Amino acid sequence: MKSIKKFDYYILLETITPLIAVIIALLVGAIVIMLIGEDPVFVYKTLFGYAIGNRDGWGNVLFRATPLIFTGLTVAFAFRCGLFNIGGEGQMYIGTFLATWVGFTFTNLPALILIPLCILTAAAGGALWAAVPGILKAKMGVHEVIVTIMMNWIASSLTFFLVLKFKAQPTEAMAAAGVKQMIPHTKEIAEAARLPRLYNILHSLNIDFPAYNQVNVSFFIAIGVAILVYYILWKTNLGYEIRAVGYNPLAAEYGGISVAKNIVLAMMISGAIAGLVGTNEVMGFKYRWRQELFTGLGFNGIAVALLGKNHPLGVVLAAILFGILNYGGALVNIYTAGRIPRELIMVLQAVIVIFVVISDEVVKRLIRQRRKVV
Amino acid sequence: MFGDIFNAQFVASSIRVAIPLALAGLGGVYSERSGVVNIGLEGMILTGAFTAIAVTNFSGNPWVGVLAAILVGILLGLIHAVTCITFKANQIVSGVAINLFASGITIFLCWLLFGETQIMVKSSLPIWGIPLPNIGEGSVFVRNIIVMFAHHSPLVYLTIIIFILSHIILYKTPFGLRLRSVGEYPQAADTMGVNIVKMRYIAVMTSGALAGLAGSFLSLEQAHFFVKEMSGGRGFIALAAMIFGKWTPFGTAGAALLFGVGEALAMRLQGVLAIPVQFIHMVPYLLAIFVLVSAIGRATPPAADGIPYEKEIG
Repeated sequence: MKSIKKFDYYILLETITPLIAVIIALLVGAIVIMLIGEDPVFVYKTLFGYAIGNRDGWGNVLFRATPLIFTGLTVAFAFRCGLFNIGGEGQMYIGTFLATWVGFTFTNLPALILIPLCILTAAAGGALWAAVPGILKAKMGVHEVIVTIMMNWIASSLTFFLVLKFKAQPTEAMAAAGVKQMIPHTKEIAEAARLPRLYNILHSLNIDFPAYNQVNVSFFIAIGVAILVYYILWKTNLGYEIRAVGYNPLAAEYGGISVAKNIVLAMMISGAIAGLVGTNEVMGFKYRWRQELFTGLGFNGIAVALLGKNHPLGVVLAAILFGILNYGGALVNIYTAGRIPRELIMVLQAVIVIFVVISDEVVKRLIRQRRKVV
Repeated sequence: MFGDIFNAQFVASSIRVAIPLALAGLGGVYSERSGVVNIGLEGMILTGAFTAIAVTNFSGNPWVGVLAAILVGILLGLIHAVTCITFKANQIVSGVAINLFASGITIFLCWLLFGETQIMVKSSLPIWGIPLPNIGEGSVFVRNIIVMFAHHSPLVYLTIIIFILSHIILYKTPFGLRLRSVGEYPQAADTMGVNIVKMRYIAVMTSGALAGLAGSFLSLEQAHFFVKEMSGGRGFIALAAMIFGKWTPFGTAGAALLFGVGEALAMRLQGVLAIPVQFIHMVPYLLAIFVLVSAIGRATPPAADGIPYEKEIG
């Protein structure tokens, strides 16, 4: 009986390691803040106080968490199959651009058809882009890490080419002033392709919420996808096969599971989730594609997945934490008049990742030793 | 048209493009030969590029900048080594974390120190070699030879020396034999009294130093500025070069030159053929995928590559 109690204690320790890592990272951040001559207490108070202190803050946090839930699930899903899909950025680019294209091309479709069509296109685009490294890995054994990164850069160039093809006409005011588009963007998607903002829903329920807040229905899509990922991975045959390949590909193959098929499928599902970032960024927020060099959403997804221990629930929680950090970081930047660059948050995120990885290993070792002793 | 593209300048620019890839690829060779995968090369290049320019602008001496970039590379290598070797954490994840860290810290410091996200270099290294004869003076052939091989940044010659030295170190010295044995069969090396942890630390920190140097060449000598994410996937292309070069110094150099030629060619075709510039930009990345695919079955990684060493007790 006693040994079982001990065992539980270590399981608990394992689940809270991410928390320890976050606390250590915040301490490291505090040192950095002190080094540049600012007050860490004030900075953290601003960061957390404004980010989660009111409804507007929460809305902004969830709006920023939404794409990270998608990209975090992207990494987590592939990881369950033993794959490192660090090409979320590129998959997100292709999926989002295609969805935008559908959104501004088929403008006479009703919302009931156009919205699902855009969502499906976003997923299909991401899946297509992820299929390439998946097939190369499954059929030829090419390591997916390098291929997915290369595909990110190719996607960036390809969408740049496409956005110039479908560039929006300058507005009359812009044309009159002779202003050019600083960052090339497409025209806006149809009204019928837009997702309602949370404000619209809450307003109709007579709940007070700021109208300018950008959080939209995409957040619920993200939560739905997280549940779906859980269901696929742990409640279906496909998920069982994918996880078996992830645990031990040789044993899986011996057990009659096709490793190649599952690798390709896992990559495609993972890429499809990345493509869905478009539901938040375009369908719920900008309503058009704007060409920007890597927004970092894909890469932050890696950190989110690690922090969330590659579990859907963990991913959602980690994404919300990163949402707080991102939004709070931007506020800190404003409230300190730019003395603290918002990139501090990127540094914090990287420190979190390193400590999650290290504390994970340390705890695993502790448990192993303990088990041997028992 | 042919002569416009394939001239002496073309060879010279191919070499220049190849240098950072070759140096970082060689870093990959050291690291992976010892059994540690280092995808943090990308971040190490980026940090090296930033450090080189920042220190050059503050000190006024580009050599100090180069040295600082190497030191910062070693430091990042140390972080990677501590996570992967001492804590035996996942090597890919640690590399990803280093890349994330590099993207953040470079812009963070750039803002903090210079108040902008792009900085120009104030002074570059001098060109070393034979002075160029004026056009019309002396033979065209001699001039072309000088343009191609004897009129470069000192770092180009340094790179060539580093490659020859690395070949000797890895294949002709006891140290090199130990390093390779640690990456192939650490259990055997351990039995023979080789200190695995020490060898891997040295290898990973060397790889950081080389990636830092690669970064300094990129910012000081090639671009003459620093901008966010300027490493542009070179760390990963370097890894592709390393795989194509079968984890050997000269093979990696050859593959890096191939990339150099590809990119230089793409840049030159830009004005000649009616290809949208975005497709030109894809060339190095497409080439990397192509190179990886064609290396399949030909290139075998070191047997213990990517596997933390667990000493067996009892």
